[in-house]
Amino acid sequence: MNKIFAVAGVVIRELYRRKDFYVLFFLTVLITVLMWSMNFFHDDHIIRFIKEFCLMLVWISSLVIAITTAARQIPFERESRTIFPLLAKPISRWQVLVGKFVGCWLATGVALLVFYIFFGLVSASREHSLQFDSYFQALWMHWQLLGIVVAMTMLGSVALSAPSANMTFVFVITLAILTMGGFLHKLAQSMSEPAASLLTAVYFIIPHLELFNLSTLITHDWPVSNWLDVLAATLYGLAYMAFFLLAACMVFRRKALN
Amino acid sequence: MWRGRLILILLLVFCFGLAAWLQPRYDESSKKDEPSSSMLGTLLGDGRQMVADYFYVQADVYFHSGYYPSIFDQARKQEESDSDVSHPEEGNGQEEKGFMGEPLDWIDRFSRHFRPSRHTHLQGETVQEMLPWMKLSAELDPQRVQTYIVSAYWLRAGLAKSAEAEDFIRDGLRANPHSPDLLFVLGQIYLEDRKDLPRAKNLYLAALRCWHETEDPKPEKSDTGEFRDYLLLERILGGVIKDEMAAGHPDKALEYMKTLKANAAHPEGVQKQIDALQAKINAGAGQTK
Repeated sequence: MNKIFAVAGVVIRELYRRKDFYVLFFLTVLITVLMWSMNFFHDDHIIRFIKEFCLMLVWISSLVIAITTAARQIPFERESRTIFPLLAKPISRWQVLVGKFVGCWLATGVALLVFYIFFGLVSASREHSLQFDSYFQALWMHWQLLGIVVAMTMLGSVALSAPSANMTFVFVITLAILTMGGFLHKLAQSMSEPAASLLTAVYFIIPHLELFNLSTLITHDWPVSNWLDVLAATLYGLAYMAFFLLAACMVFRRKALN
Repeated sequence: MWRGRLILILLLVFCFGLAAWLQPRYDESSKKDEPSSSMLGTLLGDGRQMVADYFYVQADVYFHSGYYPSIFDQARKQEESDSDVSHPEEGNGQEEKGFMGEPLDWIDRFSRHFRPSRHTHLQGETVQEMLPWMKLSAELDPQRVQTYIVSAYWLRAGLAKSAEAEDFIRDGLRANPHSPDLLFVLGQIYLEDRKDLPRAKNLYLAALRCWHETEDPKPEKSDTGEFRDYLLLERILGGVIKDEMAAGHPDKALEYMKTLKANAAHPEGVQKQIDALQAKINAGAGQTK
């Protein structure tokens, strides 16, 4: 376990040395402040519109950070040939991979926490109250989703040849699931066989990332979800993370490194 | 080498000249009230109407606090055509059935714990939350009169912001100078909020004139099945009658009532009002004698 956390620590340090997070955070702040300063009918209590935009920027930024960070880990180690001295130490391939995953997941979690603190401040500036439990629930679920995305990217980084191909692939898949994943079964109803059965099978196989998106609930001030449901969603997310990581470890175990 | 540079300089001069020649012509062709004059409109080009429609639907989504069918749901078209934000009075007092129906599988059932699953409407001051979408929609498609009318309704009825409603209606009138609907709403603002009876009457009469200008050339029923907008005519005449009554001119109100009766969907109801008003006038005349 110590070896895994040692690798993870390196990944976390790498994130705050790189400029990606700072640039994305600055852009999010800038665009949100611009939206915040917009005047609609001299009403300075309008907040849901700003909350929705701010959350959208947080989602885009967090996905960019998670995917680009995770996609570069293994290919960078191979290109710079630092993978060889790393594996010469008493550490197995799966521990390197899991360490990289834990590092990326924790690093995106820290970034996400900063984004949500900013979101909370923006929201509180006009609502004059902070719905701490709702925002924490949204942050938690968002982080679980990023865990699945990071695990999926780790699998792509050992299975696909180039990091750019992996990033594009994961971005497309993630956005497709987020926008359409929950409606595939409805689409299948209007299709003929065998396409309908195929689409239904895809619906049950894919990780339903849209479950983890609580943006609508917190934008429109709906009450918090039941914590047992959140726990069940967390277990669902952990199962997919485990699946993708296991698949990545199996591919990486047999992968030629040079 | 020098020949290549000369060609480059000539091309640069040609491009500059072409741009200088095109710019004034482009400015002339694009009127100031066109949406392309706004930054968002310029960026979106011809797609702006589609985006304006999307923004208008977003206002309805906000009115329902996010509880809205997705584009994959069968109920989407029905919900968009109903547009509760345009006709809030129709949704009041009746329990609306949810569009979700029974969950199709365990994922569908589970996902409902993480999204809005109850039909609600914004109440009180919270209606302000949908107004940004209305304003953006109007900016992209200023020819859509409905956006101004609905926004003005919520500004006045929901937020008591009569001045902002008037400004927005005037924006609409700049883009649609002969719209009877907008003139009628402006008349309402002057009659009900400002109590400025003479100006309200002028606006109602302008609305009446514009109604005749736009509706009279149309056939009673067009090939596409559209009717003349007699409902608007009734509302305009109703506004004039209200104004005349408030100004203490029941005899003039009676004249407009007769015009209203000729165009009303239910003339018998108007006749009752005429009779009642006539009796009132007669009683008043009897008292003065």
